[in-house]
Amino acid sequence: MSNLSLHGLMALVISRDLTLAMRRRSDVLTTLIFFVMVVSLFPLAVGSEIEMLRKMAPGVVWVAALLASMLSLGRMFSADYLDGTLEQMLLVPQSLSMLVLSKIIAHWMLSGLPLVLIAPVLGLQFDMAGDALLIMVVALLLGTPVLSMVGAIGAALTLGLRGGGVLVSLLVLPLCIPVLIFGTGAVAAITDGMSAAANLSLLGAFLLMSLLFTPWVAAQALRISME
Amino acid sequence: MAINWFKYSAPSTFYVLAGKLIPWFAWPAAILFFVGMYIGFFVAPTDAVQSEAYRIIFIHVPASILSMIIYLVMAGYAALGLVFNTRLSSMMATALAPTGALFAFISLWTGALWGKPMWGAWWVWDARLTSELILLFLYLGFIALQASIEDPRRADRAGALLAIVGSVNVPIIYFSVQWWNTLHQGSTIKLSGTSMHIAMQQAMFTMLAAMWLYVITVALMRVRSIILERERNTQWVADLAEVKQ
Amino acid sequence: MNWTEFFAMKGYGLYVWGSYGAALLVLVIEIILVRHKRKLTLQQLRLKFVAENQMRDAENME
Repeated sequence: MSNLSLHGLMALVISRDLTLAMRRRSDVLTTLIFFVMVVSLFPLAVGSEIEMLRKMAPGVVWVAALLASMLSLGRMFSADYLDGTLEQMLLVPQSLSMLVLSKIIAHWMLSGLPLVLIAPVLGLQFDMAGDALLIMVVALLLGTPVLSMVGAIGAALTLGLRGGGVLVSLLVLPLCIPVLIFGTGAVAAITDGMSAAANLSLLGAFLLMSLLFTPWVAAQALRISME
Repeated sequence: MAINWFKYSAPSTFYVLAGKLIPWFAWPAAILFFVGMYIGFFVAPTDAVQSEAYRIIFIHVPASILSMIIYLVMAGYAALGLVFNTRLSSMMATALAPTGALFAFISLWTGALWGKPMWGAWWVWDARLTSELILLFLYLGFIALQASIEDPRRADRAGALLAIVGSVNVPIIYFSVQWWNTLHQGSTIKLSGTSMHIAMQQAMFTMLAAMWLYVITVALMRVRSIILERERNTQWVADLAEVKQ
Repeated sequence: MNWTEFFAMKGYGLYVWGSYGAALLVLVIEIILVRHKRKLTLQQLRLKFVAENQMRDAENME
């Protein structure tokens, strides 16, 4: 393994995770169905008044996306932990942070990206306008990777713990509030006739900051949990 | 005079030291508490705008300030424990967390009771109250994480990492909540638009000092139990008078 | 100023005393819990050492 380049190794980890997930497609689908279901529950709960639904749509989609991405966090490291792969990863000469980043990317492609792709359809259910839909997709594209990255820290800290699933949400959700605020703010700005640029650039800043720090922090968390 | 501080970072020494220190913090806390109450209720005049209801801030403001300071101190101790592997600082972080959560709760409770007559609602999504609520969530996450890890060493280190990530996040959260608040409603109310009477300031600072001393007292009491539990297999614990009797 | 007036707090009595009362209550509860925890810890330690001493004595007898 040591003669592999860093990029080769990262690509290997990503494609391995994707292949494994494709063998267990139901896991990916469950997250997606959960997302669709939670969003569809809201009109049933609060009524179908179109004006109100349009106003609520970005918030509902973001909260549902947040909850849906929490669901799959437990799986980010647990399979590798159980079959011993994770232990091997800690010994690889290449940096663990980069391996963690690859796992995060794979996790996002499996649980974040599908949500982003289906969100416009759900937006139509809420009668969102075209430009608002576009901004929502862009905001989700910038924000959901942050959820995966911050979530990776929580997943690494709770690795192998009893009741880890609920615990990880308790740890990660408060940390994701800024993403929620600016993600929904971007759409609200557009529907209010303002520019979403400020919200989107802040989301972009969060994305860059998370890219810089979270893989390293999650790697440290893995080392703590694996000792 | 050079004091060897590292001597006190040994749990066995600190256990004894903390036991001696507790009364020195507890009594001043109690005295200052009564002084603060006296100034707050009998010296400080009635506020022109908020009438008598403003007297809630003598608890609310110190509790809010302390809940934030305790989080930072807790994260600081936890970080020390993580970097230098000093067990005692990790134990201090664990001992501080419940008290911090309690002060966040007191801040929310008194904020609601102050908000009802002032804003006409028990809860207003004001930037400060919302941030305080998120701070309470952060405390609860820290406590829950440490409680669910059985190996104390892993609990210390995992909690430390979470506390550090949390304290980096607190300013970001505060800033984003502020932004969200100005966007959605302009209901941020300044505690005192008019200049504060000198007695009001005295009452608030006295209460702050009292609560600060209280926090130190309770943290020392709690850390003593934690030390005993963690060190239960050592000879010095077996030799303690309170254990032997 | 009489006491009834004082406790009424010009109609804000519920809010003011509700704040002070709740704060005092949780702080007192915290102190009781912390002291109880200490008592419990000491008790467990005593039991543990008594048990260990008995084990040691039993081993010496053999």
